[in-house]
Amino acid sequence: MSSQTPSQTVGPFFSHALTPSGSGHAPIAGRQLADERTPGTLIRIEGRVLDGKSHPVTDALVEIWQARHDGAYPDDSDAFRGFGRASTDADGRFWFQTVKPGAPPENGAPHVNTTVFARGMLNHAFTRIYFSDEQEKNARDPVLANVDPVRRKSLVASLRDSAGRPVYEFEICLQGAHETVFFDA
Amino acid sequence: MTSKRILSPRDWSSHPRQAHPDYKSTLLRSQRQPLVPLPQSLSELTGPVFGHCGVTGRDADLTRNSIRDGEAIGERIIVAGRLLDESGRAVPNALIEVWQANAAGRYVHSQDQHDAPLDPNFLGAGKALTDSAGRYRFTTIRPGAYPWRNHSNAWRPAHIHFSVFGTAFIQRLVTQMYFPGDPLLALDPIFNATADAAARQRLVAAFSTELTEPEWALGFEFDIVLRGPQATPLES
Repeated sequence: MSSQTPSQTVGPFFSHALTPSGSGHAPIAGRQLADERTPGTLIRIEGRVLDGKSHPVTDALVEIWQARHDGAYPDDSDAFRGFGRASTDADGRFWFQTVKPGAPPENGAPHVNTTVFARGMLNHAFTRIYFSDEQEKNARDPVLANVDPVRRKSLVASLRDSAGRPVYEFEICLQGAHETVFFDA
Repeated sequence: MTSKRILSPRDWSSHPRQAHPDYKSTLLRSQRQPLVPLPQSLSELTGPVFGHCGVTGRDADLTRNSIRDGEAIGERIIVAGRLLDESGRAVPNALIEVWQANAAGRYVHSQDQHDAPLDPNFLGAGKALTDSAGRYRFTTIRPGAYPWRNHSNAWRPAHIHFSVFGTAFIQRLVTQMYFPGDPLLALDPIFNATADAAARQRLVAAFSTELTEPEWALGFEFDIVLRGPQATPLES
């Protein structure tokens, strides 16, 4: 038996390795998971990461892992890889272009698994992005049901229609009155 | 809701506390609400695969993967080890990404203001896939220590950042590897945020004569352990 290697912060200087642009170092994933050819509904997730004073976190790394449009998780044979990675900008903003995931087979609501890393976070934080236009499925979702109703809305991205393409807005509050629900799985 | 676990829980006696006042940046960025328990479903137990993402041997040699017009400057080293889970089983085909400062303690990053030279032949980023026995190996330059503004005269011990994927998304680990015998370790609030001394030692690589190559480079061994299968309770 071995013991787990402790987590350490991602620090402020990861972009040349994890989210490179134009440095010649090829990224393993980015903000664009899907395009018009990907089966499913093309969506954009636009988010913001805020600290305990509601100031933008300008050096965060956000990773997502999600199911295909039919609810199944992609494997090595899928063109849609289901994994995305973005760093936040000077306003703490990030975005992903992807397809809306299908509902999981276990009677839950569609969601995107989301991990947040940043300087000042010794461990990454793990959450889920649900969708505001899935009220019926959200109401039956066992994970949402287990969350304090007051805090539940922090897990639901709100739909804004932007020139025909659905945009979901999601705020990640690391701390404070509106702290996002983070999970221990 | 029943709590179904396939993987062992995150070991909170090994991982650092999220709020660690000595590390100032945690003050506004650490969570204050308790984490909500989440049963492990396919969402948590599946994860991205990187077997076909085009990682080549060259990506693992940081002394060569970004040279322009000469050699990367500094002390050449080999950093190698195994990626294991808690049961001691190898994790094959897993993506490991590393990044670091150069020999002078400077990162290739627009926000790094440290008055130390950049090396045009050293980017300080690499990646590798583990082999069938969970082994990985990087060739790089020993990073320098560098100052930061956490407190007066604060210096980070030399370190290499590691980003690791297991097979499950919740095995994700980002950590830092340190060097043995570094006097700055005792003073570093990030390293010391892990309360348990034995756990801290798991962040320190071991000098290895076996990995050291004659006339070429010193070797350091650094094994990484991810969450493993949940121990099944014995039936009476």
